[in-house]
Amino acid sequence: MRAVHDEFHGDLLEVSMGPQHPSTHGVFRMVVTLDGEQIVKLKPVFGYLHRNHEKIAESTSYLSSMPYTDRLDYLCSMSNNWAYALAVEKLGGLTVPDRAQYLRVIMAELTRLVNHSCLVGFLFNDLGTSFTPLLYAFREREKILDLFESLSGSRMMCNYQRFGGCRVDPPPAWLAAASALVDNFPRFLDEYETMLTGNEIMLARTQGIGPMGAAQAINAGITGPCLRATGVDYDLRKVDAYGFYPRFNFRVPLGAHGDTYDRYMMRILEMRESVKILQQAFRELPAGPIMDPKAKLRGFRPKVGEAYGRLEGPKGELGFYLISDGSTNPWRYRVRPPSLINLTLLEELCLGRTIADAVVILGSIDIVLGEVDR
Amino acid sequence: MLGSGILKGLAVTAKNFVGSYHNPARMVTQEYPDVQPQLPANYRNFPFLVTENATDPMGTMRCVACQICEKECPPQCIYIEKSKDKKPDANGKLQLYPAVFDIDTAVCMSCQLCVEVCPFDAIKMDHVFAIAATNRFSGLLLNREELAKPNTYFHEIRPDEAAEVDGRLAAERAAAEEKAKAAAAAKATAATATKPATGGAAAP
Repeated sequence: MRAVHDEFHGDLLEVSMGPQHPSTHGVFRMVVTLDGEQIVKLKPVFGYLHRNHEKIAESTSYLSSMPYTDRLDYLCSMSNNWAYALAVEKLGGLTVPDRAQYLRVIMAELTRLVNHSCLVGFLFNDLGTSFTPLLYAFREREKILDLFESLSGSRMMCNYQRFGGCRVDPPPAWLAAASALVDNFPRFLDEYETMLTGNEIMLARTQGIGPMGAAQAINAGITGPCLRATGVDYDLRKVDAYGFYPRFNFRVPLGAHGDTYDRYMMRILEMRESVKILQQAFRELPAGPIMDPKAKLRGFRPKVGEAYGRLEGPKGELGFYLISDGSTNPWRYRVRPPSLINLTLLEELCLGRTIADAVVILGSIDIVLGEVDR
Repeated sequence: MLGSGILKGLAVTAKNFVGSYHNPARMVTQEYPDVQPQLPANYRNFPFLVTENATDPMGTMRCVACQICEKECPPQCIYIEKSKDKKPDANGKLQLYPAVFDIDTAVCMSCQLCVEVCPFDAIKMDHVFAIAATNRFSGLLLNREELAKPNTYFHEIRPDEAAEVDGRLAAERAAAEEKAKAAAAAKATAATATKPATGGAAAP
């Protein structure tokens, strides 16, 4: 990197991007130090959306925290519910009936479709193709959100999972509609890829931009599609085998270069795998109860102990760590947010690049500030 | 060829552009205030209190002021004051009623936990989403008169759930009457056995 200011005796310029900048995906601020056009330092500043989630959860009952988990990563409320339910079920020794396990997989994979289609849409917005790709992605997302609304009552704040099962049993009409949507989803992906994956401008702007090494990613604790884009085969659905995932046939797509293009392709390929999981789940969905009869809605008092429930969220490993002292509130409640931890590499990826690239790299990492700040 | 990817992409855009004018399935825009959206039955927004009778909403409120929803509400937006006196509910049993029942809809996060924990089916989620107020403090704080809506309205917005609730309540009522009758009969026989002169007139 040529130090321009040495030759021309210019000063470094400090630019504060955000927190109201549209490309920072929420109230996120980057204090960028520029040498000419090159970034020499980038300091992420966040916390604008902090709302004390963990402390509030420690002062309310286990059940009352469930709606708050919707609001962590507000694009993936179903996965967040499941991760929290996993932790509490471990703590309380609850078993989930088969039908509920399948429903959870269905909801989690639909959520993955929602999240990834949003992400690729926003990524193209960050690349400057305002607004067509995002609108196409939102068109598909809207159909899934309508399904969520007709089942759980709310488009984004689903509040669907309960300790020991699910809240509402989907009627056959819902399952038929969801199954038809999933069968049509690859057509959207094909259209989307025809439109964008081969686009020369997109290739020039993403290939080789912000490459992440496998060792670098592991050291920073990166999980999810960002880690797999570097070629590390680590997917909690395979590694942890939570829920009924061992029953499903799917592959874990892996990248090779860890650059922005690989991170984009990872999302597209994961959506194709999610479609396979969903089709299998709709075929095999058994009849039966959706709640553990031992589960109590109110007055849930787990034994003294601790539990960590984690799952492969659309953004990475989402974990809830709970310590119980035997009362109705958790003594300690901790969220492991994938968005925040994936953000830690941002400066290293952006050094030496321009502001325009930093925006694209941030978009490809996929953060939601509700989860970063909590 | 350089640029062929861009051209392919533009062809997709052109197809969608034309389709959005000719294909009815692609015309997704709703003219909102003129065309009201079709809400699914499960749609939830803010809670309301179910009353048995539309002509006497305050007298036939199902709520017995047990304050479970107040305790469970995650953002603590419900405020209840118990009544001093009791009045008979639908089963004829004397129950407390809420002298004050306020919900601050500015705080409510529409999570439906109050509905799930209510043992009396007294609070349900409403479908009204177009609420606006000129005062952000008192305008969004709904009291029990504003929250009360009759059971017929509940049937209108969620027919399946309302029918299920009505069936369950009717069964409970029948069981309670049966029990009361059996208790009265038992008392009567016991009374005639010990004191035949007074008879078993005492009802529970």
